Amino acid sequence: MDIFIQQVVSGLATGGIYGSVALALVMIYEATDIVNFAQGQMAVVSTYMAWTLLNAGLPYWWAFLATLAISFVGGLLLERVVIRPVEGAPVLTVVIVCIGLLVILNSVMGWIYSYIQKPFPSPFPDRPLRVGNIYFGAHDVGALAITVVVLIALYAFFRFTTLGLAMRAAAQNPVSSRLCGIRVGWMLAIGWGLASLIGAVAGMMVAPIVTLDPNMMAGILIYAFASATLGGFTSPGGAVLGGLIVGVVENLVGTYVRFIGTELKLTVALAVILIVLLVRPSGLFGRAAVHRV
Amino acid sequence: MLRRGFWLTAVTALALTATAGAAAAQTVVGVTPTEIKIGNTNPYSGPASAYGTIGKVIGAYFKKVNDEGGVNGRKINYITYDDAYSPPKTVEMVRKLVEQDEVAALFQTLGTPTNSAIHKYMNQKKVPHLFVATGATKWNDPKNFPWTMGWQPNYQTEGHIYAQYIMKNFPDAKIGILYQNDDYGKDYRKGLHDGLGEANAKKMIVMEQTYEVTDPTIDSQIVNLKNSGANVFFDVTIPKFAVQAIKKAHDIGWKPAHFLNNVSSSLATVLKPAGVEASRGLITALYMKEITDPQWKNDKGYQDWVAFMKKYYPEGALDDQSNAFGYTVAQAMTMVLKQCGNDLSRENILRQAESLKNVEFPLLLPGIKVNTGPSDHAPIEQEQLAKFDGERWALFGELFEKK
Amino acid sequence: MPPRALRLGAALVVLATALTLPFVLSNFRLFQCAQVFIYAIALLGVNILIGYNGQFSLGHSAFYALGAYTSAIMIDRWAVPYGWTIPVAGVLCLIAGFLFGIPALRLEGLYLALATFALALAVPQILKYFEHWTGGSQGIVLSKPEAPWGLKLSADQWLYYLTLAVLVVLFVLATNLLSGRTGRAIVAIRDNPIAAQAMGVNTALYKSLTFGVSAAYTGIAGALSALVIAFVAPDAFDVFLSITFLTGIVIGGLASIWGAIFGALFVQFIPNWAQDISKAAPWAIYGIVLIGFMYAMPRGIVGALRLLAVRWSRRRPEPGAVAEGSRS
Repeated sequence: MDIFIQQVVSGLATGGIYGSVALALVMIYEATDIVNFAQGQMAVVSTYMAWTLLNAGLPYWWAFLATLAISFVGGLLLERVVIRPVEGAPVLTVVIVCIGLLVILNSVMGWIYSYIQKPFPSPFPDRPLRVGNIYFGAHDVGALAITVVVLIALYAFFRFTTLGLAMRAAAQNPVSSRLCGIRVGWMLAIGWGLASLIGAVAGMMVAPIVTLDPNMMAGILIYAFASATLGGFTSPGGAVLGGLIVGVVENLVGTYVRFIGTELKLTVALAVILIVLLVRPSGLFGRAAVHRV
Repeated sequence: MLRRGFWLTAVTALALTATAGAAAAQTVVGVTPTEIKIGNTNPYSGPASAYGTIGKVIGAYFKKVNDEGGVNGRKINYITYDDAYSPPKTVEMVRKLVEQDEVAALFQTLGTPTNSAIHKYMNQKKVPHLFVATGATKWNDPKNFPWTMGWQPNYQTEGHIYAQYIMKNFPDAKIGILYQNDDYGKDYRKGLHDGLGEANAKKMIVMEQTYEVTDPTIDSQIVNLKNSGANVFFDVTIPKFAVQAIKKAHDIGWKPAHFLNNVSSSLATVLKPAGVEASRGLITALYMKEITDPQWKNDKGYQDWVAFMKKYYPEGALDDQSNAFGYTVAQAMTMVLKQCGNDLSRENILRQAESLKNVEFPLLLPGIKVNTGPSDHAPIEQEQLAKFDGERWALFGELFEKK
Repeated sequence: MPPRALRLGAALVVLATALTLPFVLSNFRLFQCAQVFIYAIALLGVNILIGYNGQFSLGHSAFYALGAYTSAIMIDRWAVPYGWTIPVAGVLCLIAGFLFGIPALRLEGLYLALATFALALAVPQILKYFEHWTGGSQGIVLSKPEAPWGLKLSADQWLYYLTLAVLVVLFVLATNLLSGRTGRAIVAIRDNPIAAQAMGVNTALYKSLTFGVSAAYTGIAGALSALVIAFVAPDAFDVFLSITFLTGIVIGGLASIWGAIFGALFVQFIPNWAQDISKAAPWAIYGIVLIGFMYAMPRGIVGALRLLAVRWSRRRPEPGAVAEGSRS
């Protein structure tokens, strides 16, 4: 029984990571209707900025906030400068531009910081916590808590502020929104800025666990996609919950299903995606897209 | 270095040069009176890009050699291409090096699947395929692949060394293995299995767990290993995951005899981030001086290396063992080229590579000697066990060699 | 648009040039050309599905891998002559693609992308798992085929002609397929599936068939690559390959057959060229070129050429001619 609970707890910890990155993915999809392949890489850039600030001697939370601010502005600028020229183009063209962005960011990070992994500090104490025979880390709990805080802040922003309302309107119906006086282009830019900000949070929470290197997000992005698919690409809360579920299921299957073992753990995550997509494409909590004929 | 081996090689080289002089009228591939072309592929991008620094430090070393006059009056023209660790790309880049750039030899091409893809080709084309940067065992096969030669002690040898040690010191061991699910991990695992022998392996190994490079954490695997009751832990993980393995094992109160593979033996990038207390008692097998280990701080070889890095490769990390690795193997290649004298034909380059006798290099552990021969294409076969005492890798026991 | 005879003539000139190249270029360049042809076949397959039929797939690296491993296993384990492995790979992928296409019917846009993304990601791990068949992470080493029937050609020259021949055949087949009734049905499904269905097109059947055909093309490309590279290993077939295919068809031009050639040239040579420009950050150069292409030619190279052709034909109005602008 103990090992079951321990695997669940470890799964929740890993799932928290997936959920936070999934949140960024969902955020940008909600705001701009595209899946941004460069999302993970943008988070890595933010984390490197934080690393540079921390190395320069800035105390952790100041560096954290500074990184959030820089990431927000950076994301906004990226949208205005890089994505704007192809705003009216076919979806796939925009996707390719995102891929180009991913490749550029990855290469530049490797060039500036080299590819060797760097340890990244956690704001939470290092000692393991223990309840009975179950161990978990303070960082895991802390990271999950921060993700939830971000989630709640997002929810409040979209539900209760005018700007949030304007953004939702711009994403759902750009034409009508323009008629109402909403500057749709800037709404998209802010959407990117927010997603970039969330990505930065995810990156800084993830880096202490997996260590920082230019390819840090590569593996996690896959699981983040699985989580967002499971929870629903239109539901931020669902994305986080999806992450937790994927983390737990992955661990339990790896432990208890012998013939799969750990050699096909990734395949399990992907099978989750496939099954969810076949049974309920909009995910557990997402809204089903209704096409008007 | 006035060793017997040196004189023997020098005489051989002289004799060969004399006979080669007769054929000197032929043009030699990749060689002009002023330069020697040496080719290389490395993963400068993609999933294995952390190793790309090896290709760069080699370039820096050759620049140093050129600044100091070159080799036999010729400058080394080092041509290296990115293969992103993708075998089809390696094939293309290597063909470019051999057929278009017409290099004299290929050296330190990195990766097991990547080298596997060009293995046959290099031998068909009769181009020296030297000091490949992979620990797989298949490169020491001069009968079938005479032009290919390995460099580092291969992973299976290391596994054997641990197996011998375990059988001697932990006869009632219950072994748990964690390994990366690719040829690197599987090679180590095979080494341990073979070293124990089938009967012992069956009896002693109680659990095996794998992980993929794309996994974010291996916490789940460590939990399972602890639960299996294993009291010996064979840890075949790359640095990123070694940190997690050491830390998590410590956090959940699991204290096995922990054997860590050589690949992750760095103090600065693995042991310190994992925690000094958690790392106490770790055992590994080394063949190089670990450059973040304080015991080498005043060692001349180490200091020379630091001076070299500062002058020729300032953007390289001083805590990255790969930079020491590349430096050492570049020294070996330079030595081979020097030994060739004026005969830089491909045949002679191979012959000289096969004529290294008891050569020591400044960053190899004291006592470790490089030896090659026409039927011995494994230059380094010795390793030394070391235990982490909280401050450094304390070497103990004698030099192990695979029996 | 230039008249049909002119276009056919241009195609023949290109073909004639292609046939004589092996006597001019070095073996290494021929090897690179063979790779371009292989990419072009794969891109044709992907374009049929994404460009003409509007079904988004990030999973074609899976079919490429299936084709490559089919060929490798047949040659290595069962000593089948390599020529037979190509059609077998094609048929196997046709079936696999069709079978995958059936559940894919339920998925649209983003969700289909995710499902195929998942498929592509699973491939390396699955290949490593079935070690007994696939050789695991060590892969399978093959021998490069020599020219048959005593022809005095080097292996590279022979493989050049072989891949070129397969490309031409598949090219012609695709042109026929897409310009006839089937092609119109396929495109109609992309543009307006409900209207198509109302007109009597069996969308489910056509979509699944298109998936199958597209998979077959990509699988044949994979089989050829196993011959040309003479080596297969799981990590060469990762999701980045699928992304490369996507890049290729968008750069070349969606819903265009000739686009496959342009796209193949781009993905083969631009990364190499980027490396020559910058050793430090070659992929940054590649990314900039990629984005630049998309700014300048949002509809791909063929799209830009079409625009040019339209402008050119508008300047010289022919009596009674209607300005065509959108048919390939």
